[in-house]
Amino acid sequence: MIRFDRVTKQFPDGTTAVDELDLTAPTGQITVLVGPSGCGKTTSLRMVNRMIEPTSGAIFLDGADVADLKAAELRRGMGYVIQHAGLFPHKTIVDNIGTVPGLLGWSRAKTRERSMELLERVGLDPALANRYPSQLSGGQQQRVGVARALAADPPVMLMDEPFSAVDPVVRDQLQDEFLRLQAELGKTIVFVTHDIDEAIKLGDQVAVLRVGGRLAQVATPEYLLTHPADDFVADFVGRDRGYRALSFQSAPRLPLHQERTVVLGETPDEAREWVLVVSERREPLGWVEPARLTAPVGEADLQRGGTVARSEGSLRAALDAALSSPSRRGVIVDDVGELIGTVRAHEVLAAIEDADRPEVDPAQARGVEPSRDRRAAR
Amino acid sequence: MNWIQQNWQSVFPLAAAHVLLAGVPLILGLLLAIPLGWAARRWRRAYPVIVSTSGLLYTIPSLALFILMPLILGTRILDPINVVVAMTVYTVALLVRTVADGLGSVPDHVQQAATAMGYGPLRRFLTVELPLAVPVITAGLRVAAVSNVSIVSVASLVGVSQLGDLLIDGYNRNIPGELWLGIGACLLLALIFDVVITSAGRLLTPWTRVAA
Ligand SMILES: Nc1ncnc2c1ncn2[C@@H]1O[C@H](COP(=O)(O)OP(=O)(O)OP(=O)(O)O)[C@@H](O)[C@H]1O
Ligand SMILES: [Mg+2]
Repeated sequence: MIRFDRVTKQFPDGTTAVDELDLTAPTGQITVLVGPSGCGKTTSLRMVNRMIEPTSGAIFLDGADVADLKAAELRRGMGYVIQHAGLFPHKTIVDNIGTVPGLLGWSRAKTRERSMELLERVGLDPALANRYPSQLSGGQQQRVGVARALAADPPVMLMDEPFSAVDPVVRDQLQDEFLRLQAELGKTIVFVTHDIDEAIKLGDQVAVLRVGGRLAQVATPEYLLTHPADDFVADFVGRDRGYRALSFQSAPRLPLHQERTVVLGETPDEAREWVLVVSERREPLGWVEPARLTAPVGEADLQRGGTVARSEGSLRAALDAALSSPSRRGVIVDDVGELIGTVRAHEVLAAIEDADRPEVDPAQARGVEPSRDRRAAR
Repeated sequence: MNWIQQNWQSVFPLAAAHVLLAGVPLILGLLLAIPLGWAARRWRRAYPVIVSTSGLLYTIPSLALFILMPLILGTRILDPINVVVAMTVYTVALLVRTVADGLGSVPDHVQQAATAMGYGPLRRFLTVELPLAVPVITAGLRVAAVSNVSIVSVASLVGVSQLGDLLIDGYNRNIPGELWLGIGACLLLALIFDVVITSAGRLLTPWTRVAA
């Protein structure tokens, strides 16, 4: 657990980068710091590993004030992913990944073995091991940056916009892999981003900072979307927040309709307006209009516009499936991707109206709230 | 040209002395310039002082420095040490700025990454900053090498032998062949220094040669 206790950082030129920050990053969870450029995210992160010393206040790592720990040792025990990867240009990929094990005095063989293992773990081809960073794409470099931070298996990871320098498709992929990795590893992570969508996707807990380094709100992503504390947070969280919040509401038992289907390669027997085409294993493939068919259904006849929602998925996915389907009937599948029925948009909307919004929770309503008791006790 | 045919062997001991008198100060000068260049980077205010002082040293005429050395060091007048020390001063004068600028060329985010990984300052300097400064330092060393090979020939005037002897003797006795041999040998030596330094620089920086 990492706890910021009334941490303030004022630079010598008078800039207050962080102002009385009270925040707890729980063990094994992802805490995201998000906010506009210059709001003190990087400064906050760097105070944790003492690359920047606070002007006042203290930061505790599992109860110990980091100011009492030796800086270099503290840093070797925390993975750090720097903005834009920051790889060492003169070291090969394996040597970059093996940086901290090297500093910790692991043997060369053990370091190399661990580095190769991590290379694969973050989804990189082992053939890249002996290349230099300049020979990698931006996305590959960011993966190496993550692997390097994980190398000595530190319990804590500090990540400063690790996925910012890549295109949206690669970023999405990196985020998914990151979440998968975290599900296995369960690190205590402080993650900095200026992208609210990234914050909402990755965070177990999201701390919104405003310029001047003031904490505006700390809450779960769902709570942030449904109960932004003030106009600043509401603005920052952005449009479509009602719709986006549905991502966090699991679909209740929706009334599913049996759907007539045709297996790819066969001919639908009746001329209803839309028929769902499935594979031999009943996986939905797309829709066809039998009236337009002149032969058995082929790949080329499929209309693939519709998204597919899992029955255990979110209301957002179910609604999107209905809205995006050419037949207006949203396709619902089970865990292994087999068709179990379809649902209509108005039925999803009815389910949404019945669903509970998160209750108002004083602990999540503001940024400063959780520490009020402590302050009163002083 | 007749002279060359009869005396060409005389060039070898002189060339060997020339290599030592130019080369040893090059190495010593580099070793001294590295901590000075580091200090110039480390303390912002020290930078202009260190860089301009060392620049000034280079403007002292070599003959004056060779003559002054015994007074400063308390050595004998004909001692080659005088020349080695004076040449080291010139090398340092040229390289301090190069080292400082080379260290300055290391990207900020790389230094920060090294700090964040838990490098101590000395280790970071030796294994991250210095290696990354090698291309810039190599360029400065090439200039210093050529400069040393040429300046050291003046040492003949204070009685320390090297290829400069051929130039002075050839001039005094009006032997064009000897003059040409001296000039040619100096050029060849400068070229050899350059090739050695460039190759060493390439060996030390394999990452700069990969197709980016
Ligand atoms: N060394 C410094 N000296 C003076 N001011 C600084 C220094 N470092 C940062 N600042 C200022 O402190 C504020 C916070 O900077 P910080 O780098 O923490 O922002 P950030 O939230 O990470 O922004 P970004 O999203 O652009 O990376 C900014 O106003 C910045 O200009
Ligand atoms: Mg930043």
